[in-house]
Amino acid sequence: MILAVTIWLITIVSTVLMVGKYWWFPEVASAHGGDLDRQFMVTLVVTGVVFILAQVGLGYAIARYRDGAGRVANYTHGNEKLEVIWVVATTVVFFAMVIPGQSIWADLYLSEAPEDAVRIEVTGQQFAWNIRYPGPDGEFGRVAPDLIDDEGGNPLGLDLSDTAAQDDLVVPIMAVPLGKPIELLLRSKDVTHAFSVRELRVKQDLVPGLLIPVQFTATRTGRWEIACAELCGLQHYNMRSFLEVLPEEDFAQWLKDQAEE
Amino acid sequence: MAEEVQTHAAHHEAPSGWVRKYVFSIDHKVIGIQYYLLALFSVLVGVGLSVLIRLNLAWPGTEISILGTLFPEGAPGGIMTPEFYLAMLTMHGTIMVFFVLTTAPQGGFGNYFLPIQIGADDMAFPVLNMLSFWVTFLALAVLMAAFFVEGGAPISGWTAYPPLSALGEIAGPGLGTGQSLWVVSIALFCVASLLGALNFITTTIDMRAKGMTMMRLPLTVWGWFVTAILGLLAFGVLLAAGVLLLLDRWAGTSFFIPGGLVVSDQAIDHTGGSPLLWQHLFWFFGHPEVYIAILPGMGAVSHILATFARKPVFGYKAMAFAIIGIGAVSFIVWGHHMFLSGMSPYTAIVFSLTTTAVAVPSAIKTFNWLGTLWGGRIQLTTAMLYALGFVSLFVSGGVTGLFLNQPAVDVYLHDTYFVVGHFHMIMGVAAIFGIFAATYYWFSKMFGRHLNEFWGKVHFWITFVGVYCIFMPMHNLGIGGQPRRYAELTAFDFLQPLVSLQQFISVAAFITAAAQIIFVANFLYSLFKGRVAEMNPWRATTIEWEVPSPPPHDNFAGKFPVVHRGPYEYSVPGAEEDFVPQTAPDARGSTG
Repeated sequence: MILAVTIWLITIVSTVLMVGKYWWFPEVASAHGGDLDRQFMVTLVVTGVVFILAQVGLGYAIARYRDGAGRVANYTHGNEKLEVIWVVATTVVFFAMVIPGQSIWADLYLSEAPEDAVRIEVTGQQFAWNIRYPGPDGEFGRVAPDLIDDEGGNPLGLDLSDTAAQDDLVVPIMAVPLGKPIELLLRSKDVTHAFSVRELRVKQDLVPGLLIPVQFTATRTGRWEIACAELCGLQHYNMRSFLEVLPEEDFAQWLKDQAEE
Repeated sequence: MAEEVQTHAAHHEAPSGWVRKYVFSIDHKVIGIQYYLLALFSVLVGVGLSVLIRLNLAWPGTEISILGTLFPEGAPGGIMTPEFYLAMLTMHGTIMVFFVLTTAPQGGFGNYFLPIQIGADDMAFPVLNMLSFWVTFLALAVLMAAFFVEGGAPISGWTAYPPLSALGEIAGPGLGTGQSLWVVSIALFCVASLLGALNFITTTIDMRAKGMTMMRLPLTVWGWFVTAILGLLAFGVLLAAGVLLLLDRWAGTSFFIPGGLVVSDQAIDHTGGSPLLWQHLFWFFGHPEVYIAILPGMGAVSHILATFARKPVFGYKAMAFAIIGIGAVSFIVWGHHMFLSGMSPYTAIVFSLTTTAVAVPSAIKTFNWLGTLWGGRIQLTTAMLYALGFVSLFVSGGVTGLFLNQPAVDVYLHDTYFVVGHFHMIMGVAAIFGIFAATYYWFSKMFGRHLNEFWGKVHFWITFVGVYCIFMPMHNLGIGGQPRRYAELTAFDFLQPLVSLQQFISVAAFITAAAQIIFVANFLYSLFKGRVAEMNPWRATTIEWEVPSPPPHDNFAGKFPVVHRGPYEYSVPGAEEDFVPQTAPDARGSTG
């Protein structure tokens, strides 16, 4: 009986932790984020029901069928009909939950960013973020690994003999315009990192040797932390930058200010 | 109950010397105990590391003078450095996954009980069996050495993603000699596991007693058998990956290292490799590994639930097929670890759907465990408490898998504490509860004495409540956005509201870890002073309970059992007792 009650108590506390939202998502700040959160909530409800039914059932069975005077166990090897119903029901419920959710992923990852998207390159390195804007010409200039010189202030190895490179802006923090589609192009100089901003519901690995695009549209202004989400070495916990969402005109001004510095 | 059978190809004489009997033994029972003790040592190290991990997470900068003495580099003045934290984390994961969760259920209990439960006098290849244990031992010794070499243990996590793990010391401390030892250790472990897997498969197929058809196998044997098949198919791939990684590190090849890398302002002289290749190979092994850890536990739990509910297993066939189903599907789901790795986003959808399919056999198992309890006569022994705890934890750790298998939801939760909570719940503590259940159940058979039930129950209660207090709130940390593998929470503003929850978890972890002393003390005390066990104390049906505790050298003293029925004939109407042994010729259970 104590075990049954303990299991029920654990079930209640676990449910309260999820329903009470004491430690929860930050308010969403991107166009796709709402869909992700909704899919999370759908999943929470479905799995929550399964979780509660199974734990309550387990507790009930322990309390109800406890050995005692005169109890005789049923001699049965199962019930195929019940088994089939259960299998079909769980299969239908789980796939009905998972399949529609794939469209959110498809919207995010299987479509090209629009032509007018603001393109920003993010290059990870132990333990810093390099953010590059293409400048007024809208083109990223050539980079070469052998020109990389952290000490000399050229962390990306920008090749200044390329005219497209001359107006490129490389900064340690990021700003993006509100309400405009953004495409990030993710690269890494050394090991695998991951770019993550909680409020935007964006996370993507930066893999050496690959150029990985990821897109989003910011829906509210604010300043949030960029964190590394893939173990990259001893200062992994310290690999931080900021992402600021600005109204469009402020963003243009920010770019100018940064270029002048 | 027995008659002479000639199929014991592996027959060998009882050894005479101490060394042949207890050290280089070819007796599956001795080897099983050796594996178990190796896992017990490993789990104590692994838990010790987790205590340090929890300490640093909740209270970074704490001074522990003994650490300063033991590891003057990693913890100067007794204060852990971030790289020391990561070394602990890497070693904790590696030790627990390989040397505890893979070793105890399969190498330990599987070795000891599989031959007895199928009525064989030993494994098919006893010398191979000895070899696989000693190679495992060597693997552990090599891994432990990584703590003490220059630069310390590796900091690349138990998944050892290259380029971090491939570049050597330039990428960070511990990535030189320490990382090399890590790879060698894992490669050795793979070799040992392959040998073991071959042995288990051959034994199950070839050495079953007369009448022991596949559909009469105890579900434990199904668990070990399918686990061995998974091991045979998975460890070879990890072994190959390990060899390639060593070549990248030592021979200048570039399997995993792409061109144009610049680390700490120094150009790296490699070109043409792919970091994702490692991830594919690693997780092709890594996901089946999860089931390698838990399938034997599932088997043991089914076995124990039937024994102490005094009921046949509900839906035996469905249970056996569910084990096979989980094993088969486990080979086509590895990509769910890689949704955000940069692999093609189209494949993510395929892996998401295959992963969802795992939920189906898992649901069958849960349903049938409840079905086994329903209408039973439940006896709450310590073994039963742990088996029931396993079911509860399996459900709790299983449902959260239905978040992480959806790439869209995984975008936010990937590499957060939600994942840490999920896999610790199911692969960590559920599997450990399976091991504990098996230990309290079979200890008396292995050593001829019972573990103390009172202290067993005390151990259960603290551990059961403790693990929920530790791992449930981790899901909330993940929802709050806390990334994995952060040495401390000091660098980010958004982590500050999570510190109090981390501290709560750490306190729960310290209490739970301390409670394991009760288990170790009970184990050691009962070995010598425990209540003497009779042959069949739980009044159970399977063959291991028809031989003395502990069984003689060749298990059956030349009298091989003949099997007449399925493994879980409890509470048969009209029978003399509430259990009918598999070997009883008469359906009423008369063994006369």
